[in-house]
Amino acid sequence: MRSLSTPLIVIGVAALVASIALLLAGHNPLSAFSAMLDNLSSADNLVTVLNYASRYYVMGVAVAFGFKMNLFNIGTNGQYQVAALFAGALGGWLRLPGPINLILILMVAVGVGSLWAVIPGVLMVSRKVNIVVGTIMMNGIAAGLIGYLLRTNFRDVNDRLTAHTPTIPENSHIPQLNSVLKLIGIHLPDTTSLHGFFVIAVVAGIMFYVVVYRSRFGFDLLASGRNANAARVSGVHPKTMVIRTMALSGGLAGLAGMSVLLCQQFEYGDRFPLQLGFAGISVALLGRNSPIGIAFSATAMAAIEQGSRGLVTANIPQEIGQIVQGTLLVVAVIMYELANRRNQTRMIKESALAMTVETSTS
Amino acid sequence: MSLKQNLVELHRIVKRFPGVIANNGVELSVESGTIHAIVGENGSGKSTLMKILYGAQQPDEGEIRIKGELCKFKSARDAIEVGIGMVFQHFMLADNFLVWENIVLGEEPRSGVSLSSELAISQIKELSSKYGLAVDPEAVTGSLGVGERQRVEILKVLYRGASIIILDEPTAVLVPQEVDELFASLRELVAGGVTVIFISHKLDEVLKVADAITVIRAGKTVGEITDTSNVTAVELATMMIGTILPQPATDRGVITEEILLEVENVNLVRDGRSLLADISFAVHSGEVVGIAGVEGNGQEEILEVILGLQSQTSGRVLLMSTELQHLDTRHRRDAGIGYIPADRQRDGLMLSASLWENSALGHQRQEPASDGMWINRAALREHTQKIIEKFDVRTPGVEVSAQALSGGNQQKLIVGREMFSAPSVLVAAHPTRGIDVGAQAAVWESLREAKRQGKGLLLVSADLDELIGLSDRLLVMLRGSIVAALDPQAISAAELGAYMTGVRMQETL
Repeated sequence: MRSLSTPLIVIGVAALVASIALLLAGHNPLSAFSAMLDNLSSADNLVTVLNYASRYYVMGVAVAFGFKMNLFNIGTNGQYQVAALFAGALGGWLRLPGPINLILILMVAVGVGSLWAVIPGVLMVSRKVNIVVGTIMMNGIAAGLIGYLLRTNFRDVNDRLTAHTPTIPENSHIPQLNSVLKLIGIHLPDTTSLHGFFVIAVVAGIMFYVVVYRSRFGFDLLASGRNANAARVSGVHPKTMVIRTMALSGGLAGLAGMSVLLCQQFEYGDRFPLQLGFAGISVALLGRNSPIGIAFSATAMAAIEQGSRGLVTANIPQEIGQIVQGTLLVVAVIMYELANRRNQTRMIKESALAMTVETSTS
Repeated sequence: MSLKQNLVELHRIVKRFPGVIANNGVELSVESGTIHAIVGENGSGKSTLMKILYGAQQPDEGEIRIKGELCKFKSARDAIEVGIGMVFQHFMLADNFLVWENIVLGEEPRSGVSLSSELAISQIKELSSKYGLAVDPEAVTGSLGVGERQRVEILKVLYRGASIIILDEPTAVLVPQEVDELFASLRELVAGGVTVIFISHKLDEVLKVADAITVIRAGKTVGEITDTSNVTAVELATMMIGTILPQPATDRGVITEEILLEVENVNLVRDGRSLLADISFAVHSGEVVGIAGVEGNGQEEILEVILGLQSQTSGRVLLMSTELQHLDTRHRRDAGIGYIPADRQRDGLMLSASLWENSALGHQRQEPASDGMWINRAALREHTQKIIEKFDVRTPGVEVSAQALSGGNQQKLIVGREMFSAPSVLVAAHPTRGIDVGAQAAVWESLREAKRQGKGLLLVSADLDELIGLSDRLLVMLRGSIVAALDPQAISAAELGAYMTGVRMQETL
């Protein structure tokens, strides 16, 4: 992020639009915002924000990988759900020693997510099916497949109305970090826990940075996004890039779902979140596909979500949080584009100056 | 004050951008009913001047007089009101529209509330016969050739009532025959009372067609020539760049027997059409093989086959006796093929990326860009700095994005990048297209340097003087075949043109 003013303006405008919406609905914006802040002020709530942010972060990175080469993987929603179903089914069924079980579950999640994303990738390179159409189509198929498998195989034994995979044994959960935090002097109340997935999110962020900006694969990825023709002429194989990037993106999407499966719900079923993949698209856009930017946007989204849960106490509909999130996204995209253009103009002028200086001295 | 009333008078025009003075006292007088050329290097301020003249930009100082009247244009609409219209280098036509639809778009003649196609077509036919601009108003625009599209663009401006037409580098996209047609049309326009302002840096063309010439350098008018018979291309070029014009030249002494690149009986058939028919040639170490031909006769395809961007239907390509059949583009480039693409912005650069990233493009698996796995940013920045210094790329630094550079500097970056990677064969397509004389000389010198280093060069160009001047051997392509092999020292541009168009044929190859 080149200047700090842009994000501040974005947040300001989003707050303004939300205020207008609140006023129109007959609520006091100030009391709404203070209710939101109240719900973010305890250690409890902040930990919840971090837990949600980690999840959004990994999903945001999954989407950003594709966006970096103009490959719009809109199918993360299907990818993480299919991945979670298979990982959950396996985890609830296998009885291996804990760590091995855990690693297997993670591998299945990443593998299934990858596979689900590679299918539209293959359709794109072999049959010229637009990636947006392909991935959205796979979302639909995922919903159908999951519904079918849950109803036929995983109905609750006692309550025939609900369905979920068998519960994953505790030794296969991702360990929570409270005890680690204690070592560095942070004591969390027993009612709350910082998910171990936070560490996975940090690792995913570092990996994203290293792969995209430091590796040759990342160079090819960026080149394909910036100028597909020039990338091809430079020796990048466009079809291979599509398949590899979709595999990476889908794998990370599958991994993101594990923050729910292995840290929170321990089974895949009706209660599993349904929109995590789409949230990832917003987070990636808002964070401009940058590893740091996505961290901010994931935290912002999580904070707004957690904050708006506090609106109930102020008798204000929670959906106002979604309005803030939506506005944030629209305003951010517009502001970033403006900042981008300003930057380009500045650079062109500097170069023009360099030229005239050289010419006049020569 | 001359006896003849000057139609267009620009006096002491100054236009500043933050940090840059694009126009710094430009003078321009255009007589009514003439073809007036404006010449200058890229970045000399001619585009800014044109933008001021057709109303897209407003000057900070100075005055514009049309027919003696002081004018202030707030937009292009104001300029067209007084009869000034602009024909851009890049055509702005909708391919799926009919010709007449493109011409009237935005200025549609109406009968009642509906668009009157009969009226539009008859108006256009009247205009095209008056000015000798032959087009079929009812043809689909997408099916037209480049020359016809240009005529449509000119008609578009005439249709809007322009009597002063500005053409920005109109010949850049045309083949020699089309250039002649264009010039004939311009003559007709002038005969019909239109005044033409013509921007170009092709000096021989300017001399052929212009009645008067204004030379611009570094934002100033440095020469006003009213009698073009008194001036030569070399004199014009000297005015333009302030130094003596370099000429392409070659040195045959360095050619060896060693064959670096060999193309054997290559055929390419696509959709049942034969695009390459039995192409064979070899490029030796230290040799420049030039391929001449009217665009679209297979030059592009043969380069694509050599680069591995397109697989041949049959035949072989060998690089230093190694067959390339099973190597993809990446491995061919790693094996030592350098490439200067014809369209640098489309195929050679990532415009939004920094110069140091661009300097790795095509060499991202090689030192110093990477060790194959990881990109070495520090080494790349340093490497880019070397390219900038050695090849005189004018830029504030390695971090600016490629789009900020002028065409000539972008090209020098590409040439530098390919030269530094030490290829054994350098494939160059139109290496000096659309760049100014100074950059052109630098690129020619680089190509000669490559030759001296013992590289083999394959040169495709539409600039016949460049081809003749740089090549050791010339191959002429026509409809996918090599129809002539010529000695560039024994041939003139006119003769070469005759082979290219099939007017002359070589009996024995």
